[in-house]
Parts: sequence; structure tokens; C-alpha cells
Amino acid sequence: MTLIRAGLTLLFLLAMLSSSGAGEADLRGIIAKFATAKGFSETGVVVHELAATGDPAVERPLAALADGNLYIRKSDALVFAGKEAGESVQLFDPLSGEASGEAAKDEITKIKVNNTLRRVIRDALGTLTLGANDPTVRIAAADTMFKTPDAANIEPLDTAIASETVASVKALLEQARAASILVSDRPDADKLAAIALIGARGDRDAVSLLTSVEANSPDAIKQAATAAIATINSTLAFWDAGQNIWYGISLGSVLLLAAIGLAITFGVMGVINMAHGEMVMLGAYTTFVVQQLIRTSFPDLFDWSLVIALPLAFLVSALVGLIIERGIIRFLYGRPLETLLATWGVSLILQQAVRSIFGPTNQEVGSPSWMSGSVNLGQLAITWNRLWILVFALTVFAVLLYVMKRTPWGLQMRAVTANRRMAASMGIRTPWVDALTFALGSGIAGIAGVALSQIDNVSPNLGRGYIIDSFMVVVFGGVGNLWGTLVGAFSLGIVNKFLEPYAGAVLGKIVVLVLIILFIQKRPRGLFALKGRAVEA
Amino acid sequence: MRGNFSTITKMFSASVVAAGLLISAPAKAADDTIKVGILHSLSGTMAISETTLKDAMLMLIDEQNAKGGLLGKKLEAVVVDPASNWPLFAEKARELISKDKVAAVFGCWTSVSRKSVLPVFSELDNILFYPVQYEGEESERNVFYTGAAPNQQAIPAVDYLMSEDGGSVKRWVLEGTDYVYPRTTNKILEAYLKAKGVAAEDIMVNYTPFGFSDWQTEVSAIKKFGSAGKKTAVVSTVNGDANVPFYKELGNQGVKAEDIPVMAFSVGEEELAGLDTAPLVGHLAAWNYFESIDTPENKKFIADWHKFIKNDKRTTNDPMEAHYIGFNMWVKAVEKAGTTDPDKVIDAMVGVSVPNLTGGYSTMMPNHHITKPVLIGEIQADGQFETVSRTPGLVMGDEWSDYLPDSKDLISDWRAPLSCGNFNVATGKCGGKGTN
Repeated sequence: MTLIRAGLTLLFLLAMLSSSGAGEADLRGIIAKFATAKGFSETGVVVHELAATGDPAVERPLAALADGNLYIRKSDALVFAGKEAGESVQLFDPLSGEASGEAAKDEITKIKVNNTLRRVIRDALGTLTLGANDPTVRIAAADTMFKTPDAANIEPLDTAIASETVASVKALLEQARAASILVSDRPDADKLAAIALIGARGDRDAVSLLTSVEANSPDAIKQAATAAIATINSTLAFWDAGQNIWYGISLGSVLLLAAIGLAITFGVMGVINMAHGEMVMLGAYTTFVVQQLIRTSFPDLFDWSLVIALPLAFLVSALVGLIIERGIIRFLYGRPLETLLATWGVSLILQQAVRSIFGPTNQEVGSPSWMSGSVNLGQLAITWNRLWILVFALTVFAVLLYVMKRTPWGLQMRAVTANRRMAASMGIRTPWVDALTFALGSGIAGIAGVALSQIDNVSPNLGRGYIIDSFMVVVFGGVGNLWGTLVGAFSLGIVNKFLEPYAGAVLGKIVVLVLIILFIQKRPRGLFALKGRAVEA
Repeated sequence: MRGNFSTITKMFSASVVAAGLLISAPAKAADDTIKVGILHSLSGTMAISETTLKDAMLMLIDEQNAKGGLLGKKLEAVVVDPASNWPLFAEKARELISKDKVAAVFGCWTSVSRKSVLPVFSELDNILFYPVQYEGEESERNVFYTGAAPNQQAIPAVDYLMSEDGGSVKRWVLEGTDYVYPRTTNKILEAYLKAKGVAAEDIMVNYTPFGFSDWQTEVSAIKKFGSAGKKTAVVSTVNGDANVPFYKELGNQGVKAEDIPVMAFSVGEEELAGLDTAPLVGHLAAWNYFESIDTPENKKFIADWHKFIKNDKRTTNDPMEAHYIGFNMWVKAVEKAGTTDPDKVIDAMVGVSVPNLTGGYSTMMPNHHITKPVLIGEIQADGQFETVSRTPGLVMGDEWSDYLPDSKDLISDWRAPLSCGNFNVATGKCGGKGTN
């Protein structure tokens, strides 16, 4: 009896010891349990046990588990962190991270995780990483703890706040603490202060938290929460409008990119080019090929792949455009209906050609790191890829405008458009100007494809989705006017995005189409009509 | 409308070939080969999904021939291209049956293409094997549905999300492409959720057009809907090409699977092949097959596929498994009936049981739907799915949903003496009408 009691005391003491900086052997003991845990719930228990040690060393195995990189070796049931390398997996010690050999894929089993487990791990890591050196890790930890408030978090947060030096991180930690206070049994005064603090945060997460507080709190706190939610919502409504404008501008930039090449071929030259979308597609496929080459031969250059693809996409599409102009379109000038049918046929040929060469399935075009993720501007989440596409669209527009207005080539192009016979008698070789103009328009569609590969499918059908929109923009903006295309693209984008939240995407699109039809009835030449004798003719 | 140019060239070349065949081959063909029709789009919008199925069928037919064919005869595949053009599906089906005299047809992907060929199959009395998950509310004598009915995909998926493992979801976004499959599925799901006690304000339904590519507003609406203090999930019936921009936007706007998981019914290995899946880890899909399933049958199937298509990177997917099951069932039924005569084969099909690729057997039920396990998978960083949940037994396809008022009394049983696809148990009459 006494022996047992002594044993128990010893165990208790050991447990005490382990809780204050568990020994490495204990941690290994717990990690070994992963090998015998059956199902997600048992794995979850082991995760909790690891987290409860409070030892920062458990971060490595837990993070590996969350990423699905924790393995069990079948032969001896030992747990390893692993990194896939081709057919085999490199093994590492889960705690120290030391390399411990390799294993073939069928010699090890991956410890499965699901969303619930990932959440458990994230919460556990939140508390453990509060003291991390990297402020972004601390921010992530504060964020997690804000979203999953727990009365037990208050103490570690107090310690963290006291030692925090970065003001912005400190503010986040205080908000996380306030969130935890709301779910604790602290006095009401503390909770009211916490609500004020969270209300000042003013984002959707705050609303989410306050709504759940509102649902299960006594009256005084409930009222404060309701009031705070109302204030946040009214500010958010303002941000929502800003968001719609941003989305509209972003959609407008995509429309501008897709339409700007058409503004040259259709707008300036008057060729109804149904294969315009396929030029965009060719640009996207060029990007894909460039990325494949970079991936296999120069992996370090991956972040530059899009920049490298730009001139190539321009050249490929321009070349195809040149061939189409020389081979087909030049015989059909002045016969819009035949041009339409011929280019439609060309578009089908190009689609099927790409389908035969690359296969019918989508191709993966990766995003360079500087185009992934988003940045918060107040309550506005601005995604990097959209921002870059906007910048890119405006740059292309500016360059094109410069070429048209300030270079001799642009002058010739405009001269041929305004009065072909006069231009020819002045010594301009109009057939070549036609060919080069068409190549320019196609080339610009090609570089649009590079940008669109970042937000859309790279499949043989890519171009189809943009052809109608492009024509809409050019016709609405005014045929033959680059500025019209710019204004047209952005106004269509913004109108579309303002309608979408109310009317839904399907109806929104229909409404825009009807509005354009009505507008064209009133002003058949679009927003910015060209004036001149040639146009009237 | 679309696909005309390539169709014309194809029809021209096809007719040249056919003319040649007419002169030399008909007697021979009737004697020692059995023709199998493959009706999948090889050009146009749907080529992205359907071309793979055509290749899978060619592989299955090759393998059967290597095993010695069927009833002592060789199988011969007749491939036509309906070019993603719905009326053309009906024309090509007619051509396959009347001109090529095929014994059975494997084909269609979209529900509208299936609806367009239905009259042809019942008029000319032939057999169609339809391999794609669909909205149900249909049971035809001449069609065998080897894809999932809503209760073999949608309902178990929602059950999983409601369970503790799935995150005990309380708030639902039903996001879909605007056409018949998502609309009917969402109708069933809405009724089901309400029956489970979900309040109307906790369900948001939204539709987008085909090939939609600007998801900014929708994703931020999902984020907003998800910030009401209740666990939220998205059930996505978004189709085809629109998925890639949808997932890209989710990743960029930082919608994490741990916070708002997206459960998709139309996203398989093939769709993920066009995506960097690292930001999508944990988002879900419900299918009856995943390429990652670890069974000897599946390993062999994948190895055969890679060998046949000569590309180790090509993925396998759920509709391919459906064709695998459907084709083997047809072979077995023909052997059982001793003839390829469609009438006899249709009768012999019911009750036929063949191994599926997930380590069990699938059986053809009297309602012309099959039994399958339902799997829930999470997207992994390598573009594959990890099975996180699996129904304990096989689920029998239920064509008439029990959750829609119009169809809850309907059953289908194609065995004599009932031989009815829409028998109303309340009125005791054949000829009920479901939703859609």
C-alpha cells in the first residue's frame, strides 16, 4: 500500500517536473503515442497532451503534423518528420530535426490530419509561439488566440503583453486577451472594457466574436455587444462600398487587358477578329511553356517567369497574328461578314490545335511569390495578383498610347485608318502597316494572356470567356478610341461589381448587357465617338 | 452553334471512312466484332473532362479484347465527337445506334446532354451508361447510372460536415453554377438541412454563370456570411472551368479550410491538376473514388492507365471508375444473357455485381443505379485527396429524392412485373413526375 502510494507520489512529482519544461524523454514518449493512436480523435488527444507540456520544443513535431509531414516507420513504429523527395522520403528526428536517413514511400505511413485536427494544432501552437522571436509568428499567434478565445489564455497573454515591444503586436495581443476575458468569468466591468477594445478593432472577426458573446451573455453585456456590433457594421458598410469599387477597378483592369488588343484590330483597323480570344490563350500557353522550362532547368528564376514570358508571349501571338493577317484577313478587307466567319474558323482551329498539342485538361501556371496572398488596407483585403494586374494593364495602356501618338509607326497607323488612299499616295506602304498593326494588336492580346494566366484557367477554352466582354468594352467605349476602351472597361467593371452583390452574378451580367444595348441605341458610336470623314464613310 | 467548323471537317472525314466501310466491311463486322459506342465530347468546352473518359473506355475495351473479347468476338470501339453541342449529342447517338449498330453506348457528361439523348435511346431501344454524378430525379429503362445520385454524394457530404469530425457546421453557403445539376442538388440540400433544423437565415444560396472567372465579390460575401459567430462551410456545385479561379481567389483572400471549409462535388483530381494546391490543403470533396485509394485493384488500374495513355502524370478520377464499373457490369450481363441484344441485356443487368476500385463490390439495383461507398477527401499539397471519412457500408443510389415533396413518394423498379421508373407508392400508379 505504502509502496503504491510512494509510487504515485513519485509519478505525481514527475508529472510536475514535466509540466515545468518537460524532459526530452517525456516528449519522445508522448510523440511515440502517435504510432498507436487510432483515428483523428485519438491523434487529437496526443496533440493536446503534447501542447499541455508547454514546452516550446513541441512546436516542430506539431507543425510537421499540421503540414501532414509526420510519418510512422512500419518496421519499428518510430515517429519521424519527413520530407518527400521523389519516390522516397527523407526522415528527420521529430524533436531535434536531425536527418535520420531515408525511407521508401511504402515503408512508412503518414499520420493523417483533418481540418478539426489542424485547428486543434493551430490553437495549441498559438499559445506556444507567443514568445517567438519573429513578430509575424507572434501576430499569427495573437490572431489565432483572438479567434479561439479561452479563459486559460489570459495568463500567458498577460505575460506576453508585458514583454512585448512592438506596438502593433501588443495591440493585437491585448485584443486577444480581451476576447479571452469575454469567455471567462471575470467581472462585468472587465468584460465591458473588453467589448470596447474589440469594438475598436472593427473587423469581421470582431463581429463574429461579439455575435457569439451577444447570444450567450447577461443583459448589460449583451447591450454593449449589440451596440458595438452596430457601430462596426456601419463602418464596414462604408468599407464594403470601397471594396466594391476596388473589385470593379480590378475587373475593369482585366477587361481592359483583354480588350486593348481588340481596340487596335477592331477599333483601329475595323477587323472583326473572332480569334482575338485565342491570341490571349496563346499568350497564356506561352507562359505555361516558359514556366515548365524554368521549373526543369532554372528553378531559381521561377519568380521571374512571368517577366520572361511577357516578350515571348508578345512575339508568339504577334507572329500568329501576322500569319493570319497575311494569310486570310488581307483578302477580306471591307467584307466584315466574311472576316467574322473566317476568324471564327481560325479561332476553332487554334483551339483544337492547342488541345491536340497540350491536351484538353487545364495546365498549371504557378504564381510567383510576389503575386500570392493579399494586403490589408483598413478593412479592405487587396490581393496582390489583382493589384499587379491593374498596374500592368495601365502600363500596357500607357505604352500603347505612346506608340500610337508619339512614334512614326503610330502616325502611319492612324493615317491609314483615317484615309487609306491618301496615306498610300503619301508613300505609306499600307499593306505592311495593316499587317504590323494586326500583329501589334495580337501581340498585346498575347501579353494579356500572361496576366490572365494568373487568375483564370489555362485551357484551350480560355479565350472564349473574354471575346464577348472584349467586344462589349470596345463598342461601348467607342470604336477607334483607346481612351474610350479605358473608360469603357473601368465603368463596365465597376457597374458590374456594384450590381453583383444585389442582383447576383447571373442577373448582374444580364443587366449590364441590357444597359449597353440601351446606351448603344442612344449613342451608336459609343462613349467617345471618332469624328472625321473616313468614319462617316 | 459552336464547334461547327471542326464538326464539319470531322463529319466529312467520318463519312468518307463510313463510305469505305459500307463497301467492304458490313458483313464481316456483324460477324466477328461487337461494337461499343463512345459518346464523349472531344472538342469544345466539355472536352476538358470528357476526352479522358473516351481514353479510359478505349483502354477498358483493349483490356477486354486482350482477355479474349466477349462471347468469342472482339470488341470494337466506335468513337464519335458530339463537340459539346447538346443537340449534336442526340444526332450522334442516333448515328451510333442506327448506322454503326452498336450494342451499347458509354457517354455523356452534362445532364443536358443526357436529357438530349434520352428520347433517342428509348426510341431505338439501346443502352446508355452514364458515368457522372448527377442530380437524380430520373430513372430510364435504357439508361444505367453508374455515377452518384445525390444521396451517394451530397447528403453524406453534408452529414460529414455536420458531424464533430467535420467541424459541426451550423451555417451553410450553397454555391453553384447556374444550371440544372446545382439547382436541383441545392434544392434537395436546402430541404435536407431544414429538416435537420437549420434556420433559413443560416443558409445562403448563390449562383454564378458558366465559366465565371471573377470571384472577388462571391468570396468576400462568403467571408462576410462566415463571420456570424457560427461555424460555416461552403457546399460547392461550381462546375468545370469556373473552379480554378474560384479556388485561386479563396487562396488569395486567405479563406482557410480550418475556418471555412469548401466541400465540392465537381472537383476531382483532374481539376486540381491545373492548380497549385498548397493554399487549398484541407478543402474537401465528396466522391465514390479517389486516385489515392490504396487497394490492389486501384494500383493496377492506375498502372494500366499510365501505360495506356503513356504519361505518368495523368490522374484518374471518379467518372473513370464509374465507366470501369459500368463496362464490367455490361460485360458480365452480356455473358449472362448470352447475347448483346439490348432488351435481354437490360433485364440481365439488374443484380449484376462487379468489383469496384475501392476494395468492394458494386451491384446494379432495380432502379438502374448502383451501390457505392461514399468517400470524403481533403485536398493535399500534392493535388491528391486524402480520405478522411468513408461510409461504413455501401450506399444504394436513390433516384427520387426523399427530401423533395414532388418525388418523395416515387420509386423505380425496372424488373417485371412493375417495370416502371416513376411508380408513385401513394397513388399506386406508374407515371409520377419529380422536380426539374
